[in-house]
Amino acid sequence: MSDMQRKPVATRDSYGAALAELGREHPDVVVLDADLSAATKTSVFKKAFPERHFNCGIAEGNMIAAAAGMAAMGLTPFASSFAMFAAGRAFEQIRNSVGYPRLNVKIGATHGGISVGEDGASHQCCEDFALMRSIPGMTVLCPADDVEARAAVRAAYEHQGPVYLRFGRLAVPVFHDEASFRFQIGRGEQLTDGMDAAILATGLMVAEALQAAEALAAEGIHVRVINLCTIKPLDEELVVKAAEECGRVVTCEEHSVIGGLGEAVAALLAERRPTPMRRVGVKDVFGHSGPARALLEQFGLTASGIAEVVREFLREA
Amino acid sequence: MTRQEETQLAIAACKVRMGVIEGTHGAKAGHPGGSLSAADLFAYLYNRELRVDPANPRWEDRDRFVLSKGHTAPGLYGALAYRGFFPTEDLPTLRHIDSYLQGHPNMNTVPGVDMSTGSLGQGVSAAAGMAKAAKLQGRDHIRIYALLGDGEIEEGQCWEAFLFAAHYRLDNLCVIIDLNGLQIDGATRDVMNTAPAAEKLEAFGFQTISIDGHSFSQMEDAFASFHSCQDRPTAILMHTTKGKGVSYMENQVGWHGKAPNDEEYETAMAELRARLAELEAAQ
Repeated sequence: MSDMQRKPVATRDSYGAALAELGREHPDVVVLDADLSAATKTSVFKKAFPERHFNCGIAEGNMIAAAAGMAAMGLTPFASSFAMFAAGRAFEQIRNSVGYPRLNVKIGATHGGISVGEDGASHQCCEDFALMRSIPGMTVLCPADDVEARAAVRAAYEHQGPVYLRFGRLAVPVFHDEASFRFQIGRGEQLTDGMDAAILATGLMVAEALQAAEALAAEGIHVRVINLCTIKPLDEELVVKAAEECGRVVTCEEHSVIGGLGEAVAALLAERRPTPMRRVGVKDVFGHSGPARALLEQFGLTASGIAEVVREFLREA
Repeated sequence: MTRQEETQLAIAACKVRMGVIEGTHGAKAGHPGGSLSAADLFAYLYNRELRVDPANPRWEDRDRFVLSKGHTAPGLYGALAYRGFFPTEDLPTLRHIDSYLQGHPNMNTVPGVDMSTGSLGQGVSAAAGMAKAAKLQGRDHIRIYALLGDGEIEEGQCWEAFLFAAHYRLDNLCVIIDLNGLQIDGATRDVMNTAPAAEKLEAFGFQTISIDGHSFSQMEDAFASFHSCQDRPTAILMHTTKGKGVSYMENQVGWHGKAPNDEEYETAMAELRARLAELEAAQ
């Protein structure tokens, strides 16, 4: 499974590459951007298919509703901006013009989480899972690495209906094996065996969780790492099974602990299998400027941060 | 347009108005004022302008109409019902629990509705997206129409959409603005003045045409200009009377979003029935 030798890749780059690939295969794929094509990497698609790439200018609300109109005409639009301005600024357009009519619009949101780095809090969206999860029928994906991100874009295209995809700015390790990897919306992926605790992670936190698992194994603690790329619909059976077999659950996300993966898992387990939990995430605070890695360190969103939470959890329970 | 054609359209518009009264009375809620101001337009669009097929509401090659001022659904529903998209007897179920006639247009439940709307400012963006899509698909014989309110254009998103429409030279897009001068809180010029709308749209790059929104012959000329216009979108600025056709509702801000009670219903229907009889006799 592991191929850590590969150069790290930012999932926004995977997004751009996957769009260009899809564009070659499917003439119905169109891309909209709001003056951020160079950063969201939709510029890669634009270079290959300029006639199918529409810059909407700095006007995210119009971009999303225009994408809805394009979907109503049978196209498959991918509308892109930073997560803050897609999920945040255009929330109501996504809710009313995409979600409610169930139009086939894919929202490719890059620069999710605090690993945006130097731009600071105004651009560090840690609320997008919460916003997007609350829309009926919305599928929410947060891929962990390059291989998964490209597969998720393809799966989003094949899925009929609205999909929100979150990508990152920071280059992250590639741990999936391209040849054997299979992606399915709604399916989690168990990456390690273990019964001492289950670590349910999404996005760039999956690679961190894997590293944490290695460090903990050296101490005799064996954790089960599960990758939940699909935040909604959650792989309920896999989560409940992990809770049953491990007895302790730790969720990890580069998102507020409010409204994201942690709360989704907590709600599920509260109803089906009450299980002691810890949530690793951004603790109801805004981010700030700084290098991405230093910020992740500061906010405890690293392998060592996760390992420490697991150790303490085991001492307490 | 012959006198007879004009009378036929007036009859259709009168029926749309009856549908508005039936619907809002049945719902005990809804928005008669702006539905009535646009009733003549609804009648014109669905009986003369739009290439649509009531027997095949999802016909791919049809023209699209987006009711961006979605709260005037009673007018749209009246036009669709009398055009044969669904039974007119269903109009009084407007807003009822389990009725397909939702308070605001729902493209997945109401035959003939091309876009779900209701949140102001969004429909016009969707219409612009449709127009752009039709061009990309090489189907720009498909024309896209959007109806907005003069209060609605206070929403900034409308102007984002206008920029987009002009930037992409969407000459298959016709934006119609119902200038009835009133919105919920009062006169538009007092709440948040949007005038002069024509000059603003002209400056945004539209062909602009100002008409009397109760004149079918002026509508005919305006749509002819839209058809022949190239390389830029068209905006039809339609001057109307809010509540038009029901005497006690005309120019009364209070009838923006209020349903007639039983007595008011009878009065309105009596007026409209008399008008209809008059028109039918003139045929």
